[in-house]
Amino acid sequence: MSLFFQQLINGISLGSVYGLVALGLTLVFGVLRIPNFSHGALYMVGAYVTYFSLTSFGLPYIVAIAISAVVLAGMGVVLERLVFHPLRDMPHTHAMIGSIGVLLFLTSGAQLLFGADFRRLKSPLEGSISLFGIGINQQRLLVIVTSLVVMAGLYLFLKKTVPGQTIEAIEQDRVGASLVGIDANRVSMMTFAISAALAAVAASLVAPINLISPTMGDVVNLKAFAIIILGGMGSVPGAIIGGFALALAETFGSTYVSSDFGELVGFLFLVVVLAIRPSGLFSKGV
Amino acid sequence: MLSRNWKTFAVVGLVVLGALLPVLIRNPYFLSVIMISYTWAIAVYGMNVLLGYTGQLSLAQAGFFGIGAYTVGVLTVTYEMSFWISLVAAVVLSSAVGFVVGLFALRTRNEYFAIFTLGVGIVIFLVIEKWESVTGGRLGLIGVPYPEPLTELSHLYYLIFAFLLLTIYVVASISRSLVGRGFVAIRNSEDLARATGINVGTNKQLAFVISTGLAGLAGALYAPNIGFLGPAIANVPITFNMLLYLLVGGLGSLSGPLVGALLVATLQQFLQQFQEYQLVIFGPILVILIIFFPSGLAGLWHRIGNRLASRRAGSHTEESEGEEEPTKMTPTKETR
Repeated sequence: MSLFFQQLINGISLGSVYGLVALGLTLVFGVLRIPNFSHGALYMVGAYVTYFSLTSFGLPYIVAIAISAVVLAGMGVVLERLVFHPLRDMPHTHAMIGSIGVLLFLTSGAQLLFGADFRRLKSPLEGSISLFGIGINQQRLLVIVTSLVVMAGLYLFLKKTVPGQTIEAIEQDRVGASLVGIDANRVSMMTFAISAALAAVAASLVAPINLISPTMGDVVNLKAFAIIILGGMGSVPGAIIGGFALALAETFGSTYVSSDFGELVGFLFLVVVLAIRPSGLFSKGV
Repeated sequence: MLSRNWKTFAVVGLVVLGALLPVLIRNPYFLSVIMISYTWAIAVYGMNVLLGYTGQLSLAQAGFFGIGAYTVGVLTVTYEMSFWISLVAAVVLSSAVGFVVGLFALRTRNEYFAIFTLGVGIVIFLVIEKWESVTGGRLGLIGVPYPEPLTELSHLYYLIFAFLLLTIYVVASISRSLVGRGFVAIRNSEDLARATGINVGTNKQLAFVISTGLAGLAGALYAPNIGFLGPAIANVPITFNMLLYLLVGGLGSLSGPLVGALLVATLQQFLQQFQEYQLVIFGPILVILIIFFPSGLAGLWHRIGNRLASRRAGSHTEESEGEEEPTKMTPTKETR
């Protein structure tokens, strides 16, 4: 039973990371209708920024995460301007190919600058606390708490503030939103900034548990796609629920079936769901 | 554009040049680099049928390449069967898997199709990597033999060259036929194509099976050429590579896949010591191409040709020939 709870905590902490990554992906898809294949690469860059803020400048962990979020938000804006804005009126395949170009550039760029070897990010929270008779890694608790705070903050931003509501307005009806005076360009830039920042936070949180490498974002990116298809592309609650669902399936799958199965389950799920429901579960009928 | 006579001349010249290459190039390494480029080109022709003509981005192309390569690898190495039977089996199997995948994949549209095929590509890769008893897992398969009577590198060159010519001929015939025009109509507007009576589902399925079959053929030819198979050849980065070749050469053009594969794959081979860093340059090139020159080198050549022609003929601009037309993604009037 203790193994079960241990895995439950692991699954929830992994799920909150997946949720953050998938949120960024789903926001960009909702606003720009682009599946951003470079999202995982942004995630990876975010981890490196945190790593160097910690090791080169000796900043506190939380400050390093915040800096990473800000830097990545800036990168998101630059990408939107340089790559996705020029491609907005072209066929949908072009924007996807553009994002693949960005992915290749960022991954190999990181390899060039930082080398292919794995790095370990030291977290200030190394110990574990005992709860109901099971030891819980403090870092995992931090991951869960921080992710939930960020998700709640994002939810309030989207629902309760005017800039946040403009994102939803553009998502629902681009032309209509423009007619009432919402600047679609500004919303696109803002969405990219938020999306990249979320990826940076997620990567920085998970980095002490896993390792940092130029390819760390590849698999996560694919899983995030599986999640937003499960949760409905463009749906915010869907991304969060989907993130937890996939993480729990993976954790328990690799514990009780086999680690190969845990690795495969996300993609099998993706393929099966799309085969049965071509526009995804809970799709809003786009 | 150039006149028809001139064009026939150029094509014949290129074929003769291709046929003479093993005589002209004495260095076996250079020749094998060209042979690898040819095999990539065949797979990229498949991608072009689907993406360039029909407008569907499949990210599983490397997976089907892997199915073709591993079919030949397993049949010739483990079961010691003849290469020629294995070759047929490879094309049949990759087309058959493509057919089944297409049944499901093509129910999805646009972004969903790309993501679905990405998932399929990864599943194929993982199956090849994990199915150790058959594929050798991460270690791969070693010692894929040369096809039966062939013993020398130049023999293999002619085999691959012949299949390349066959591929180009088939793709050219398709692009000129009513079916090919149907593909282009679907690319320009699926709804409009449906409205004009084109069976969108069947045509997309056909394009998908052609593309997976060509990927399988390319993989089958790759196996004896390299002699060693590892699971990485079925992985998604290979698909991205093919995408790069297609974009450089020219999306939706007949010469594009060959030009792109020859140019970029050769360049990649010679820059092999910078393998990890190549993409620092090729990534931005992909972005720049897709934004500014989505019709690649073929489109550029076409534009230059047009300008020259219009200069010669004053204000009169010549009609362009169907198959070399650069990809215009805006709905164009289709003659049916």
